[in-house]
Amino acid sequence: MFVRLSAAVAAVGLLASPVFAQGAKPTDPQIAHIAYTAGVIDVTAAKQAIKKSKNKEVVAFAKDMVRDHEAVNKQALALVEKLKVTPEDNDTSRSLAKQAKDKLEELGKLKGAAYDKAYVANEVAYHKTVDGALQSVLIPSASNAELKGLLQTGLKIFEGHLQHAEHVAAELK
Amino acid sequence: MLPGCKSFAFLAAVVGATGSIPAHAETIRVSIDKLVFSPVNISAKVGDTIEWVNADILAHTATVKGDWDVTIPPKKTASYVLKKAGDVDYYCRFHPNMKGHIAVAPK
Repeated sequence: MFVRLSAAVAAVGLLASPVFAQGAKPTDPQIAHIAYTAGVIDVTAAKQAIKKSKNKEVVAFAKDMVRDHEAVNKQALALVEKLKVTPEDNDTSRSLAKQAKDKLEELGKLKGAAYDKAYVANEVAYHKTVDGALQSVLIPSASNAELKGLLQTGLKIFEGHLQHAEHVAAELK
Repeated sequence: MLPGCKSFAFLAAVVGATGSIPAHAETIRVSIDKLVFSPVNISAKVGDTIEWVNADILAHTATVKGDWDVTIPPKKTASYVLKKAGDVDYYCRFHPNMKGHIAVAPK
């Protein structure tokens, strides 16, 4: 599993440090925590964009991200409650959160068009990373069928976001 | 004559006079579940209504680039009356990986 985790990240090749390579096969409580954390990260980044950006399309995209990721996380919370699973913090979640915090600070220093471009470029990269992790690590590792199902729907949603982000990125050029 | 019959006769006269009720306009239902339009391909006529029933927790749209755009809120239904003949590809602006196709025949 360790090898597969590393391979997934290497294939995506976008993270500076190997976020998904630090543990053995994640358990369901860990997977739930990772997925939830990934959603919160994108909502936080989007809220920064809504505050900072003056670009209509960028703001609209950011609002879509807040709406979708909050809806998915609400469903994830309802599911873990139903399954009586307590999401468990882990190295992957911590690395994700740390990298996101650094990125948020980095983006916070930018302004105007430079900010817009960097935010959208990061959204493209971030969704690629998360989609890759879902596909190669999180979905195959999930043992509960309902959790697996939610992750599979999540993957479809985030693939949609990736295409949406790529579209916005192309418009900004 | 019963009062009901009278009003029916009146209605028939009005409809007959104006001819405004489309003879065969249909409502075609497309379900949205887990980011999939189903059926993905539909055939319709100008004047028909497409009704999207969104079972997802997410908002979606049915959008034809440069033409119409319908927002379908989560767990809600939204509809659109087809105005032009021709084949159209539509997609969801929020999740462009969701795609559908309508072959619209003239009235």
